[in-house]
Amino acid sequence: MSITEDEARKVAHLARIAVDDSALPALARDLSGILAFMEQLNEVDVDGVEPMTGVVPMRLKRREDVVTTGGMPEKILANAPDAREGFFAVPKVVE
Amino acid sequence: MSDLNRLTIAEARDALAKGETTSADLTEACLTAIDASGKLNAFVHHTPDMARGMAKAADQRIKAGDAAPMTGIPVGIKDVFCVKGVPSQAASRILDGFRPEYESTVTQNLWNAGAVMLGKLNQDEFAMGSANENSVYGPAINPWKAADGRDLTPGGSSGGSAAAVAADLCLAATGTDTGGSIRQPAAFTGTVGLKPSYGRVSRWGVIAYASSLDQAGPMTKTVRDAAIMLGAMASVDPQDSTSADKPVPDYESLLTGDIRGKKIGIPREYRIDGLPEEIAALWQKGADMLRDAGAEIVDISLPHTKYALPAYYVIAPAEASSNLARYDGVRYGRRAKLGQGDGIVEMYEKTRAEGFGPEVQRRVMIGTYVLSAGFYDAYYNRARKVRTLIKRDFECAFADGVDAILAPTTPSAAFALGASDNADPVQMYLNDVFTVTLNLVGLPGISVPVGQDKNGLPLGLQLFGRPFDEGNLLNQALVLEKAAGFVAKPGRWW
Repeated sequence: MSITEDEARKVAHLARIAVDDSALPALARDLSGILAFMEQLNEVDVDGVEPMTGVVPMRLKRREDVVTTGGMPEKILANAPDAREGFFAVPKVVE
Repeated sequence: MSDLNRLTIAEARDALAKGETTSADLTEACLTAIDASGKLNAFVHHTPDMARGMAKAADQRIKAGDAAPMTGIPVGIKDVFCVKGVPSQAASRILDGFRPEYESTVTQNLWNAGAVMLGKLNQDEFAMGSANENSVYGPAINPWKAADGRDLTPGGSSGGSAAAVAADLCLAATGTDTGGSIRQPAAFTGTVGLKPSYGRVSRWGVIAYASSLDQAGPMTKTVRDAAIMLGAMASVDPQDSTSADKPVPDYESLLTGDIRGKKIGIPREYRIDGLPEEIAALWQKGADMLRDAGAEIVDISLPHTKYALPAYYVIAPAEASSNLARYDGVRYGRRAKLGQGDGIVEMYEKTRAEGFGPEVQRRVMIGTYVLSAGFYDAYYNRARKVRTLIKRDFECAFADGVDAILAPTTPSAAFALGASDNADPVQMYLNDVFTVTLNLVGLPGISVPVGQDKNGLPLGLQLFGRPFDEGNLLNQALVLEKAAGFVAKPGRWW
């Protein structure tokens, strides 16, 4: 299956990565090449096979539903590119 | 003692115990070697003050008779591990300036054991790559040189770790292996690299690439050192829900050197078209060595091997696209400069376009595509079903009594830097053809240096073990290491 420039633009947007229009042909070509490589998987008979969810046969661990950590807003915000008055700051979202 | 940085962990531990050296002296020797290693571009964040402080504490601990096997041992840490207060950016521009407020379980375990932190090591961005060329720091360089003097890749993604161990900048280093990122660089640099069973080592605080495949492990000069260091890194960790509830054995005590009666499988599907003659010969030599030591060599079949690489390149990018969604320019790292009127979507898109390198962008987009509506079943679910079949291959081999499997680690010796510049992405993915399978099935594997190619470059073989059977695996690797007698070191040019 081959990816058109339009589809490449759509994937880039879904991935929230800005791609210049001039870069779309090369991107579409790269993605098509990778997908063509994956097409080999169609040769395999997977009828009745369960998709793997985890490699180790174990139940996901559970723990007591109690608070184990928290109360450290300054640590949480310490690496933010823009933090103000105890909050993460972002460009205006609502007009 | 001279050249303390050249010691193995076991040698240094014994010298420390006898009072023949101190952690302070070992650490200074490594720091001096690191200072003179700029051309290798292996260490990318230096922590000499931390190292000296930790060495001093280790010496006191040894004096007090409270030493653990790694106490006082200077190590390098792959950039992907969060170390509190130290830049930890997985070689990505998007994590520029990020200093974690917390410590990864692996590094905490190492510090608790008394190991000494020398600094952070170069790698491919978010551990995506096989040549360490996808790094915001620029490529790490292999201390081994090509016959014509060209710079070679140390492999990837743990290229800085492998280069640092091979060049004796540290006694050992941590790595992570999602599709071969510990074993392939180990093979390219004449060092030992162990990928443990999935769940043996905690992933807490390891910057995620593909969560169902990622596993941290030791990169060392010898198999014995790998046993010692795995013991220090591994733990049962409540912070990682996939950490296995199994006690950590004393791996070193299991190194008997006796593998008589063990059944070693040779998978015929690994004899791929175009396998270079010298790799095939090395593989045969390795099988002969194990047979001479009393193991039984048997031909086995892992019929779905061919599909491991395409399945990997669906599953790993899918998980990556999900994991890397967290880099949004809001909570940590770097935010792009915004233009007049840019809203939050522009902020995300510009930040991620500037912050991620080309290979990471490619994998995030491929992952987004295979997870998107309409393609989820055709690609992602199909790949997960093939993964089930690949695992079944191994279960059948083990059910037939096979104890371990021997295969080449890589289809070639280290290649020249820049070889990937114009290669199409799929060509680069083929470097992982012998290594990705193991991650898909969660088994432990170890690469051991066994020989050299016609140009004198190191070549490795890998052994795959049964689930959580690192003890036997290390023992078999020890036999291979002894029989191979690989002692070559790169000539110093840096």
